[in-house]
Amino acid sequence: MKHIALLLALAAVAPAPMAEYGDVVIDKRSSAAGVRPVIFPHWFHRIRFRCKVCHHELGFKMRAGANDVLMSEIVEGKFCGMCHNDRVAWGGDRCDLCHSGKPGLKPGIVGGAQTSGPGRW
Amino acid sequence: MDRRSRIRGVRCLAAAACLLAGLAWAATSLWQRLEQDGIHDPKNPAIALLQQPAEALAPLPRDTAGNMVRWVAALESGAINPRTNILPETEVRVRDDDIIVAKYGSLPAVKFPHRPHTLWLDCSNCHEHLFKSKAGANRLSMMAILNGEQCGVCHGAVAFPLTECNRCHSVPNASLLRAAPPPR
Repeated sequence: MKHIALLLALAAVAPAPMAEYGDVVIDKRSSAAGVRPVIFPHWFHRIRFRCKVCHHELGFKMRAGANDVLMSEIVEGKFCGMCHNDRVAWGGDRCDLCHSGKPGLKPGIVGGAQTSGPGRW
Repeated sequence: MDRRSRIRGVRCLAAAACLLAGLAWAATSLWQRLEQDGIHDPKNPAIALLQQPAEALAPLPRDTAGNMVRWVAALESGAINPRTNILPETEVRVRDDDIIVAKYGSLPAVKFPHRPHTLWLDCSNCHEHLFKSKAGANRLSMMAILNGEQCGVCHGAVAFPLTECNRCHSVPNASLLRAAPPPR
């Protein structure tokens, strides 16, 4: 009995699964269109590009939810499509690489800033 | 072996096992694997093609918060060399000065260094909609920052989190006071 209580206590202390700091769940249209939400990992992109490339040259606003990007625009070479064009990075036909989120996720920036309240990110 | 030394032996072994388990946990828990991070769909067949955070981030300078990476140090040391622009005509602007704000409050004053910010960002990312380009013209509020405004647009979301008070509040107020005039 004591051992079970100890195990339960340990399970309660063990950290919950945690997305990487700065990951963004994007689901303006994906779920409604029957595909997985997009997971945008900031950590992956900032190793390769400075913030200014996407947030200045490509025109992404710095607020999760403020950007309204159509898949057709990406295919036309706008927003993600500036790089995801089969030349700099994989192209728009590799659906599952970006549309990789669990169905039903709440959109927004995730990854646990410890000071997550009362903020809106 | 008497009973007491046997108990001591068992305790030592148990402590060593706990230590090893703790070290193993610490080594694996810095970055969650994608299929276990709670947001990636483990049933997605393409998940195996995506880079794991640990593979990319472990070689970079270690931090104690956020991505556990000192991003500015990674950039300045050359550990990473992210592109500054895609379009050849884009002017890449870097500014070097420091600005001291929030003087003489209950915390040390804030040093805002333009250099690390402009290595990553363009002037237009902050000016003029977040901050006026005039020292003293901006009314900063820690409450607004905690609420995701001003510095909090990035700090607390992608740049180091707001738990790291003394990284910004880094200048002792006493050091800003003018030296007392010499006695006559």
